[in-house]
Amino acid sequence: MTELTDLTIGEARDRLAQGELSAVELTEAHIEAVEEARALNIFITETPEHARAAAAASDARRGRGEAGAMEGIPVAIKDLFCTTDVLTTAGSHILDGFHPPYESTVTANLWRAGAVMLGKANLDEFAMGSSNETSYHGPAINPWRRAGDNRSLVPGGSSGGSASAVAARVTLGATGTDTGGSIRQPAAFAGIVGMKPTYGRCSRWGVVAFASSLDQPGPLTRTVRDSAIMFGAMAGHDPKDSTSADRPVPDFEAAIGKSVRGLKIGVPKEYRLDGMPDDIEDLWQSGIAMMRDAGAEIVDISLPHTKYALPAYYIVAPAEASSNLSRYDGVRYGLRVPGEDLIDMYERTRAEGFGAEVQRRVMIGAYVLSAGYYDAYYLKAQKIRTLIAEEFRRVFADIDLILTPTAPSAAFALGEKSDDPIAMYLNDVFTVPASLAGLPAISVPAGLSTDGLPLGLHLIAPAFDEETMFTAAAVLEDSAGFDSVPLQWWRTG
Amino acid sequence: MMSLIDGETGPWELIIGLEIHAQVTSAAKLFSGASAAFGAEPNAQVSFVDAGMPGMLPVINQACVTQAVRTGLGLKAEINLYSVFDRKNYFYADMPQGYQISQYLQPIVGRGTLTIDLEDGSSREIGITRLHLEQDAGKSIHDQRPDKTYVDLNRSGVALMEIVSEPDMRSADEAVAYITKMRSILRYLGTCDGNMQEGSLRADVNVSVRRPGADLGIRCELKNLNSLRFIRQAIDYESRRQIEILEDGGSIAQETRLFDTGRGITRAMRSKEEAHDYRYFPDPDLLPLELDADWVETLKRDLPELPDTKKQRFEESFGLSSYDAGVLVAEHETADYFETVADGRDAKLASNWLTTDLFGALNKAGLTIVESPVSAETLGGLIDRIGDGTISGRIAKQVFEQMFESGQTADTIIADQGLKQVTDSGAIEAMVDAVIDANPDRVAEVRAGKDKLVGWFVGQVMKASQGKANPQMVNDLLREKLR
Amino acid sequence: MSLDKATVRRIAQLARLRVDEERLAPLAEELNNILGWIEQLNEVDTDDVAPMTSVVDMTLPRRRDEVTDGDRPDQILANAPETDGPFFVVPKVVE
Repeated sequence: MTELTDLTIGEARDRLAQGELSAVELTEAHIEAVEEARALNIFITETPEHARAAAAASDARRGRGEAGAMEGIPVAIKDLFCTTDVLTTAGSHILDGFHPPYESTVTANLWRAGAVMLGKANLDEFAMGSSNETSYHGPAINPWRRAGDNRSLVPGGSSGGSASAVAARVTLGATGTDTGGSIRQPAAFAGIVGMKPTYGRCSRWGVVAFASSLDQPGPLTRTVRDSAIMFGAMAGHDPKDSTSADRPVPDFEAAIGKSVRGLKIGVPKEYRLDGMPDDIEDLWQSGIAMMRDAGAEIVDISLPHTKYALPAYYIVAPAEASSNLSRYDGVRYGLRVPGEDLIDMYERTRAEGFGAEVQRRVMIGAYVLSAGYYDAYYLKAQKIRTLIAEEFRRVFADIDLILTPTAPSAAFALGEKSDDPIAMYLNDVFTVPASLAGLPAISVPAGLSTDGLPLGLHLIAPAFDEETMFTAAAVLEDSAGFDSVPLQWWRTG
Repeated sequence: MMSLIDGETGPWELIIGLEIHAQVTSAAKLFSGASAAFGAEPNAQVSFVDAGMPGMLPVINQACVTQAVRTGLGLKAEINLYSVFDRKNYFYADMPQGYQISQYLQPIVGRGTLTIDLEDGSSREIGITRLHLEQDAGKSIHDQRPDKTYVDLNRSGVALMEIVSEPDMRSADEAVAYITKMRSILRYLGTCDGNMQEGSLRADVNVSVRRPGADLGIRCELKNLNSLRFIRQAIDYESRRQIEILEDGGSIAQETRLFDTGRGITRAMRSKEEAHDYRYFPDPDLLPLELDADWVETLKRDLPELPDTKKQRFEESFGLSSYDAGVLVAEHETADYFETVADGRDAKLASNWLTTDLFGALNKAGLTIVESPVSAETLGGLIDRIGDGTISGRIAKQVFEQMFESGQTADTIIADQGLKQVTDSGAIEAMVDAVIDANPDRVAEVRAGKDKLVGWFVGQVMKASQGKANPQMVNDLLREKLR
Repeated sequence: MSLDKATVRRIAQLARLRVDEERLAPLAEELNNILGWIEQLNEVDTDDVAPMTSVVDMTLPRRRDEVTDGDRPDQILANAPETDGPFFVVPKVVE
């Protein structure tokens, strides 16, 4: 039954509204897709019964004339969002058996809007990674493969499972979180749309914290319209989150279909890296041309401190993470490894419970905050962050959006980059600056690499101007006409 | 006058600084909506935030901010309109987040002063370095099982004000006076109930010694002192310990020492405590705290009259001695009670009745002045009856006892028991004559010069009158007749 | 700044991570690799720059002083590895 799983959220919404389709039918089709796609290791926890009950309830609501923005739409939830009584692992051994007695605000918003949960999606452990290879529950697999090559590719990370779910047509949408690129980069690797909101648009309450000043929940979908629909259902002020912006949520979908005529699109020269693959450069150029053809003005801009964004990020994020992860101590939830005394128990639990990448970052974080190094590292990185944010503010006085590639390469094979952490970190070189500045950004699939793998283009907007971002993203999507889908090699027959 | 300690090789000066942790009086905790009340069932007043569950976030309680500012104003301190919350990172079973939200470089309150009153009637100003807000930890219970610790997180997240003094104190007496005054001010302001037994007021004491005029010595921090008595004992022990080491030619190791209440000594904490590196950094889940200057002014204006000001006013308006005024203002409930009694009456008399009779009765019954069965109005009524001669001072004591027991007014008791003083000169003269006639030998002795015996005659007449005769009139009449 | 084994041991202790002795040197190398790459930040003159204090441009929201939470000990204890009645149970700290 491929038809129903090929729908976009927008199309499904229309069909459901017109009574051509029931939520139960839609959900059943996707439950089947989930079962068939197990080779992709998308889900850490599948929740088919939960989904069936939710779908039935959705149809009942619709019968009463009550339909929310995501009514009946099957989604995957990144296993970083706490979901009541459903196993939540953050991709880590240390949260074995953790069933939260509470629901994250963002997922509660989605349920209130009528969405249906198919399962908890795989991710890099504690959202630390760019390939979903650090998950305790095994890597998620990208449904895309290189032309003529059977090797499994990474879906990107940390929201790898979420990206796979949407690209493999196993769910219509998925939630992710983006700290340095963890929604946008996997979206690019998987040929789908992924956006990171302005910091503060979505509540972080109930989302397992990685780097508090950077984390933002966001949607992964197949189209820009879908992204706007789903984002609208996720966003909103939350008084339980002190960093949540008290701003009304605009109708993001209304931004789609508007023209970009007269908009100024900045192209930052510092994003042109040495040794950048030709197909990425070509894609960028074609993106620039598409925008110009649509009536936008292209402006060369300079963001001089761009190259320092990534190292600054790898000080700030681990620092905050080292503190956020201190609560995983074997006392109140999750794994406990017995020890001779309290300290021994802590040390064994955390050494066994955390994977190597998490331990590395926790240690870097503890180091850069430690006495004698705080000024040289953490404070320095926060100052660089100020410079980067100011740079963006300065250029946005004269332009409306910035256009860059999303990632410096297409998806790579499992194990290809896991030996060198820094090579892995470089995956985020284009996405991190917007994260540091708290700006909204989106990745739109725009072309294929020479290997036949999807490539994404990246738009950065000023704070709280997701609307302009969606307008331009829709135009880009339209112009690019990316309609490739991965071969569903995991389905026999 | 410097109070020095005599060592074997010469005098030493004791330097003391205090860090007080005062639990903020508020309904809910500092960053969560769970109750901050004392004494609940274990883990019954714990929210997911207090338990450090994944994804939980802090939201600050406005009342705690207000209380901290008011406390700062009460300590005549600088209020910092911009302050920052930092994470203090360390691991312990009753610290569920693995960090405590506190304030490090930019606290909400800066420098201030507190005046301490010493036993000899003198006063000294002690400097306050700063006051900041922070989360309290939960409770670890170590005595349930030999190899296990039980953890109750009820207290986790309750708002604390950490008040740090300058190292200005020079004796255990001064330290005790500081805590006493601090407690008084906090209770006046209603920002902390100051209950040391329940742990809502805790003090860590920093102790060092030095030769007079020399640089400050290495200090040790003394913890686990939950009564003034223990604080005194700990300071005494620790100062002698340090002096002994230094006089032997050794040096003091800077360390945290626990007071062993059983043995009356301090001992170094033996846990694997490498010097803590708390890795402070601004909490990214919170924004800087910015206060409105006008709002702070309003709080300042609305502060209640504080003990020092009230004491001065009592001395001036009521003509009380510094000592008496000091006793009355220690608790504002007492001061308020006193003012009601003293209104339009002899202040000294009111003060005496309050501090001697009422306090005596309350102590014996284990009651506080707020629970007094004798209200300020009724005590005033009793004093009126002494003043207008209805009863003697002596009878008044009896009446008071009964007022305390029954809760009735003086008038009721006097009427019911016919305790009105006898002032009829004829009646008194009759009783005096009767006693004189019955004791001719003693009369002779008095007339021979044994003046003291007049008192005995007074006693006899008082007995005969069941204490109701006006003693002054009896005295005067006897002296006249026994001449 | 280069980390040696002793520093790695100290950081591991701060972070309550048990690191086997033979892992210390390789771990030091891994961390030094990352720290070396971060060093490039020293190229930037940040003398007159204020560190970022918050990404959002807003004031700290305050809550009213009301008891709105707690009273859920079962949920608080539900995921605990070891409890006894209403208490969490952990091994003792060796004092």
